[in-house]
Amino acid sequence: MTAAVEFRNVTRHFGLVRAVDGVDLTIAEGSFFAMLGPSGSGKTTCLRLISGFDAPTGGEIRIFGEDSGHVPPNRRNVNTVFQDYALFPHMTVRDNVAYGLMVRGVDKATRRNKAEEMLSLVKLAGYGDRKPGQLSGGQRQRVALARALVNEPRVLLLDEPLGALDLKLREAMQDELKALQQRLGITFVFVTHDQGEALSMADQVAVFANGKVAQVGSPTDIYERPATKFVADFVGSSNVLPPALSRQFGGPDAWCSLRPEAIRVVEGAGQVTATAGSARYLGAGTKLAVHLGQGEDMEISVVLPPGQAVPAPGTTVALQPMSGALHVMAGEK
Amino acid sequence: MTTRPATLPVRGPGDRLSDLFWRRPRLLLALLIGPPLLWLGVVYLGSLFALLLQSFYSIDEFSGLVVPEFTLKTYAELIRPSNFDIIVRTVAMAAAVTAGCIVIAFPIAYYAARYAKGRWKAAFYLGVMLPLWSSYLVKVYAWKLILAKEGIVTWAAEGTHTSGILNALLSLPVIGGNSLSTSYIGTWIVFIYVWIPYMILPMQAALERVPVSMIEASADLGASSGQTLRTVILPLALPGVVAGSIFTFSLTLGDYIIPQIVGSSRLFIGQAVYTLQGTAGNIPLAAAFAVVPIVVMLVYLTIAKRMGAFDAL
Repeated sequence: MTAAVEFRNVTRHFGLVRAVDGVDLTIAEGSFFAMLGPSGSGKTTCLRLISGFDAPTGGEIRIFGEDSGHVPPNRRNVNTVFQDYALFPHMTVRDNVAYGLMVRGVDKATRRNKAEEMLSLVKLAGYGDRKPGQLSGGQRQRVALARALVNEPRVLLLDEPLGALDLKLREAMQDELKALQQRLGITFVFVTHDQGEALSMADQVAVFANGKVAQVGSPTDIYERPATKFVADFVGSSNVLPPALSRQFGGPDAWCSLRPEAIRVVEGAGQVTATAGSARYLGAGTKLAVHLGQGEDMEISVVLPPGQAVPAPGTTVALQPMSGALHVMAGEK
Repeated sequence: MTTRPATLPVRGPGDRLSDLFWRRPRLLLALLIGPPLLWLGVVYLGSLFALLLQSFYSIDEFSGLVVPEFTLKTYAELIRPSNFDIIVRTVAMAAAVTAGCIVIAFPIAYYAARYAKGRWKAAFYLGVMLPLWSSYLVKVYAWKLILAKEGIVTWAAEGTHTSGILNALLSLPVIGGNSLSTSYIGTWIVFIYVWIPYMILPMQAALERVPVSMIEASADLGASSGQTLRTVILPLALPGVVAGSIFTFSLTLGDYIIPQIVGSSRLFIGQAVYTLQGTAGNIPLAAAFAVVPIVVMLVYLTIAKRMGAFDAL
């Protein structure tokens, strides 16, 4: 099977800024792929390189095996859902959705039918005659989705697709996008800075940092086995242990990650002794900061299961990692 | 612990006034817009109404005195061939000037809105506004010299062996003439030069409001540059184009200096008004002529609105 999108040592420099710096990436056909990273990490530039709004400074971009790095966007079988939706305000919802067909010279009746079909796909049947300005944020997002899907692209790009929606709507849309992708079987590539969104929707996640890909893997890989300190820190809230501390926890002499919920806390001294600090109630548990007094003050967070008494600040506690919870970060030397 | 008051004392009349305005925001608004409203409502609209009234009077052909009685006689005079020609000539010129301004201003405005940044943007504004700093008369006379038979255009055409093109242009019926400075083409060129800043600026403002993502979305969906221009950029820039054309159209309709200095010596509406109210003393007919641009603009704006020019506002 050919990859839907392939980056081979791709760079994109803006003057002295290396926005994308030697990225190798393979996006499998039919996958739901997330590009995750903080702002300025190069994820959006990578998306723009796939859509064709930007051309690489070096390297090769292949879309379904064809070298596409310098093909203009209107000749790529790739469509985008824009962050601000970019709906045309002077056209009705139907004309917006049918736009891709109109510019390709499809006749009016077919255009209309196809647009209605797309609108019912995104549950907006009957909204065709309205103007984008008369719709809510969530509805506009659906219109943008229908408009991008009308040309039956081989890859659909989504730029921070849920960024402008409120929490409740965002969760509903996450499920819907996932279902839609499975139903259509189109490769979805989306950019986000929200790790929760990336982990819950994607099959594969690429974590970007400083124009490079820090790690690619399944959400479980990324969350449970981060390859670098950056990934451990950015994706969720893993504790990053320097080699000396790893050994103290019974692990190897290497940088390790340790999930807060994989640490047992008992009062009194033990294998690793620490001092309890501030606690934060999370509902499904209580997050506690504990301080390891040696050398520079090192803070580790642990999650106490519901029901366990929260030690008062200043109490001496012993920390025990659950078996197999300590994970070596291969990307850190 | 020192106790601090929850409210601060009034420091003087300034605070008292500011308190008053805070409690009654409408009072401040009334004070701010009252004088201009008075100006617009009474002085401006009042004079306009007086003008309209005058146009329904007529002139006694023997005594040359204005007869203050309601009549449509003056308007009937407007559609007499010699007068109607003036109207047709002026409206046609205004339309041609507006079309010329749109074509020339669009690339400039597009560049300024999409590509010019920082220093180049400042240079753009300066470049567009600079001609407005010098006297209008100086510019028009300068153009007369440029376009004259002995002027730089003829000289340059001879030097580059393109006199043939210039002569072909001047030999065109109606719009041609003895030289550029005595033809409608010359008038048209000078009108465009003088009014183009009024087209560029609103156009640029409208284009600046078109988000880049919308242009990208159009290309993303498969539109060529030409399709994007026709279906996305132009419709969204239309309010700016209409705003600019209101300026170029109405300014051309009312101008009486340019056609007097550059062009065939046939009258335009402005010149007709000037001579009728001055030497001829026919105030009613002058007023009726002055009503024409107002009616033309109303018709123009109605058509523009019907065509959806303001839908993107």
